[in-house]
Amino acid sequence: MKSILRRTLLAALAALLPGVALAATELRLMWYNDGNEGEVMRDLLNRFEAANPDIKVILDQVPYKAINETLPQLVASGQAPDMARITDLGGQADQYLDLGPLLKDRAYWDSNFANTLPWMRPAGNTTGIFGLATQLTVTMPIVNETLFQQAGIPLPGAKATWADWAVAAKAVAQKTGAPIPIAMDRSGHRVAGPAISMGARFFDGDAPVLVDDGFKAMTRLIYDWHRDGTMSKQIWGSVGGTSYRGANEEFANGQVVLYFSGNWQFPQFAKTIGDGFDWHGVPNPCGPAACTGMPGGAAIVAYKSGKHPAEVARVLDYIASEPVYAEFHARTLFLTAHAGLAAKGIDYKTDMPQIRKSLAAASANVIALSPVAYKLQTYARNRILFNALIVRLNQAIAGEMSLDDAWGRMTSDVADGLKAAGVK
Amino acid sequence: MTPSRLIDAPFEALQRRIGAARMPYVFVAPNLLVFGVFVAAPMILNVWYAVTGGTQLMPGDRPYVGAGNFAELLDCGTYGVIATCKQDRFWRAVANTSWFVAFQVIGLVAISLVTALVLNRRMAWRGFFRAVFFYPVLLSPVVVALVWKWILQPDGVLNALVVASGGARVPFLLDPGWAFSWTIVVSIWAHMGFYTLILLAGLQAIPADLYEAAEMDGTSAARVFRRITLPLLMPNMMVVLVLALIRAVQSFDEIYVLTGGGPGTATQYIVQYIYETAFANQTHILGLAAAASMLVGGVLLVLTLLQLAASARARGSEARR
Repeated sequence: MKSILRRTLLAALAALLPGVALAATELRLMWYNDGNEGEVMRDLLNRFEAANPDIKVILDQVPYKAINETLPQLVASGQAPDMARITDLGGQADQYLDLGPLLKDRAYWDSNFANTLPWMRPAGNTTGIFGLATQLTVTMPIVNETLFQQAGIPLPGAKATWADWAVAAKAVAQKTGAPIPIAMDRSGHRVAGPAISMGARFFDGDAPVLVDDGFKAMTRLIYDWHRDGTMSKQIWGSVGGTSYRGANEEFANGQVVLYFSGNWQFPQFAKTIGDGFDWHGVPNPCGPAACTGMPGGAAIVAYKSGKHPAEVARVLDYIASEPVYAEFHARTLFLTAHAGLAAKGIDYKTDMPQIRKSLAAASANVIALSPVAYKLQTYARNRILFNALIVRLNQAIAGEMSLDDAWGRMTSDVADGLKAAGVK
Repeated sequence: MTPSRLIDAPFEALQRRIGAARMPYVFVAPNLLVFGVFVAAPMILNVWYAVTGGTQLMPGDRPYVGAGNFAELLDCGTYGVIATCKQDRFWRAVANTSWFVAFQVIGLVAISLVTALVLNRRMAWRGFFRAVFFYPVLLSPVVVALVWKWILQPDGVLNALVVASGGARVPFLLDPGWAFSWTIVVSIWAHMGFYTLILLAGLQAIPADLYEAAEMDGTSAARVFRRITLPLLMPNMMVVLVLALIRAVQSFDEIYVLTGGGPGTATQYIVQYIYETAFANQTHILGLAAAASMLVGGVLLVLTLLQLAASARARGSEARR
């Protein structure tokens, strides 16, 4: 009896062994979508899995809010996924895995992603590779040119100021009945570019300083625009706290003359607007100091807590490889962070003139980005500044406090936030 | 072996082993375990977070700061003037919550009572109407908020009606006063079914012969309500009041989806402040959020005890009559 039992157990074990040997390593990639990038990435990963049967990548597609609010909790409690696509690039840099020693061709990464690699490095680290930028973004205006044509008002030119755009957008809205002359995403990151154009420095040496004369000038404009109807309270007033609110739906519905957002909206508008009306990106409006937006982007980072660093590096090597990376960008219509591909040019899979025109404007806006904008984007604690900005400016717009008081509160909020974060 | 024997046998064996006196502990143990893990442990952990600082999540990594977080929350130049408080958003949330609780609880109890009285009468379609009033309770708070957002937004159903009848669009969710009022209305609409049900159960438990005697004496309807219905419904009213008060202070989900706390901070209530301080900002100030939640818990405890004491006193004086 005993020998039968032993033989049965051995047979069962032998039967299981090939399965164990072939069981793929499962990697989880937490992902959010602006447009079709989840679909494209899944397709690319399917090809990777077919060529690498020992690795299976599960793409956990979550709302953007979960990336900002849930993911940091998971990371802090040691429950991070293997990889995640994030936009707060330096936010938890001390938890990212240094991929440098694990990559097949580190020099390829260093030469092609030199501009974005510092965005994910922890303070003091100047050489590590902590993630792969999946797209480069630039904040910029998108206009409804059909409304300008209907109003018989020409689009302001390349060097037009914010004041010029405000006058033109308001005149167009009055003539066409469009309810919102200018809309801007409710986000500190969005306000930062125009503020830099108006002269905001954001730093005194290396110390972050939110409120200065340039910053005051731009926030005063936004405050005044909400009072005189150039900007609608529908966007900024419909939520509170630090909540993000975009105006993409209002723009797609033809209610907005000028929408200040960024190039990541193009793929979405290609779908939702198509050629329903003539829309496209335009150069960033100017202020006395610059004509800049803010750079930004999304990146895939890996976490130290992951159990399969070598496999993670293989996946990222594959995504970063030139043909795969080029295909991802061609199909998602994102601006590339890959220096080699940027020089060669991406053959975007679109025949829409709106998209072609918008991508050209976005590329020009990237070239015009101010060094201050890059410095602010690289600063790991920039969200402390952005959150203070958005909460307090919104309170002023809602009439809860004066703009002077709001500036004072922004300064103290930043000081408190930095103190809590342990920044001296 | 019968099924009941299957269950009895192990317990009888256990009772023989540990004695009858210890058996009650065996029966409450599963519930105690769940309560301990999901209620008691988080409460104790919350106390630890409230007396520690930094942004670390792991309790062991957090430096002890004593009452520092409470001092920070309560630091005001002049109490009553929010602008002079260091954590002005906390005090705004406290003020908003106080006003919200006052209006929402009074409105909720009054409307639930009237609805219960109406639904307690003999009327056609009574079962249908009882179901209709209870229906919103079954909806997810997010669904409630999205439905009302669709009604109240600038291009929403209500504004369409206003415009169709010749009026101008009303900024229902964009004006601080309107937005605050609508959070109360939506909250009452979403929850009144539950409280109506409790009051309805109370009304049906009042003996019918009391009403018959009052009718024979020719007592007026108002006097019947004041002298019979209300006193006998008081235990249910107290339950409704305590539950409604606690629920109102905890309001978050449907209001967060409906207004996001805006415009400005007009509809930001205390739970949203705690949530944003702990989780939504880049710097997660868990200690401050935990201290705020302890203060809220303390205030709720005091209010509940006061209500229960008032109820006990009312029952005592009723009994002495």
